[in-house]
Amino acid sequence: MTDVLTVEGLTKTFDMHALGDKQVVGLDDVSFTVRRGEFLAIVGESGSGKSSLLKCLYRTYEPTAGSTVYHPADADLATCDDRTVMAIRDSTLGYASQFLDEIPRVPAIDVVARPLMERGTPAAQARDRARELLDALGLPEELWEAYPATFSGGERQRVNLAQALAPEPELLLLDEPTSALDPETRTAAIELLSESTDAETTVVGVFHDRDVVERVADRVAVLDGGELQRVVPVAEFAAEEEEEVVA
Amino acid sequence: MTLLDASDLRRVYGDSCGDCVELTGDAAGTNQCPECGAVVACADVSLDVEPGEVLGIVGESGSGKSSVAELLALERATDGQASGDVRLDGHDGNLLDADYETRHRLRNGAVGLVHQHVRDGLNLEFTGGGNVAEKLLAAGWRNFGDVRDRVRDLFEETEVPVERMDDPTETYSGGMQRRVQIARALATDPDVVILDEPTTGLDVSVQARVLDMFRRIQREEDVAAVVVSHDLGVVRLLADRTLVMRHGRVVETGLTDRVMEDPHHEYTQTLINSVI
Repeated sequence: MTDVLTVEGLTKTFDMHALGDKQVVGLDDVSFTVRRGEFLAIVGESGSGKSSLLKCLYRTYEPTAGSTVYHPADADLATCDDRTVMAIRDSTLGYASQFLDEIPRVPAIDVVARPLMERGTPAAQARDRARELLDALGLPEELWEAYPATFSGGERQRVNLAQALAPEPELLLLDEPTSALDPETRTAAIELLSESTDAETTVVGVFHDRDVVERVADRVAVLDGGELQRVVPVAEFAAEEEEEVVA
Repeated sequence: MTLLDASDLRRVYGDSCGDCVELTGDAAGTNQCPECGAVVACADVSLDVEPGEVLGIVGESGSGKSSVAELLALERATDGQASGDVRLDGHDGNLLDADYETRHRLRNGAVGLVHQHVRDGLNLEFTGGGNVAEKLLAAGWRNFGDVRDRVRDLFEETEVPVERMDDPTETYSGGMQRRVQIARALATDPDVVILDEPTTGLDVSVQARVLDMFRRIQREEDVAAVVVSHDLGVVRLLADRTLVMRHGRVVETGLTDRVMEDPHHEYTQTLINSVI
């Protein structure tokens, strides 16, 4: 099995100038690989560095040290220049934060269709695909032409997830994409995510909910205080939990 | 491929003692020379823009943003001393050193500027259509019917009511005047448009519509742009990459989301934390 991403010694510290140049450690010497087509879940307590890790991988945070080699583009995302990052983001690397970072006054369907159109898909076809995804995620049809700014948390999160899945990126980074969904919608989202990984999209996703992790993940990376504790197959992760419960 | 390549842009107001650039800037904490009192509006500013890319420039009032914008738009200082090197793909040499005719031709063709102050960009006594037509005529358009058609298309494109095109520009609302400026800047299909504070002085709802309109056209036409604004929201919405300026110098540069979410420079951190 080939690797999509090789992360070595990834470290992120923040210099907070307003706090007397205080240094805050976000990630400390994190190393792991992501295999093509797998679903790697990242778990850990709040503040353990899960979101920081995803943002470092996407270069929204600039890593302080270490490397993250993205094999499809043969580039080190930690150090390559901004234009290279832009080109990779525009082609094969996707990211969805927990909250929809919507562009104001764009209807939900166009929020989802836009990444496809930017990659050259004709508008009509892009909108068809957007409808398909919004329908699969159970967003009521009367909301498709509305602006997501007025949507509920769960509705926005569905738009967000559909937008991330639409262009079928090679590597998709997801930050708690199902946190605001009700159980039924969550199941639909999980099914879509599972189908996507079957279709050769690789996913690195941060999840809070153990139940979701056990249903979608192939392997689980456990973060604690910015350090990577271990990366284990999901069965092992599930077994650990049972042991904890028994103990 | 680089479309616009600028280096060492500098503009100084007042009689310089010769050490002004060394004595001012971010480390010195001022843009006014302590020796001679000259103001270094900008210095050591280098940047480049690729085709279709949007570069944002943010900073507080007086940080030198507009000076950079004017130099990029080849508007040489009428007062103050300007220097630097501005190159545009397909054109030879340093365009800041080019003769008046060449710069005039480029400003009416390959480079469009939307001024911060409407009065600098439009003749308010002319009709809205006349302001846009003037740019086309300066670029060599001669057929009255063609000019009329192009103006009408641009009004539609920038969402200015076409039935108002023969009214004096001073009778237009602030938002409409801004749209006419954008229509004028885009009239000759430029390679790059420089927007200096494109939304200042407009109501929030009007700002939003002007930005939407520009974002749509920028994507459809794949025109490169430099957007100068003190408003982080404007830059966040439009720019791929962002420069942060203070005291006439660039203090930080990076992908827009990186600058906004992981600001490195002390000033950028303060700026991001000041957003209400």
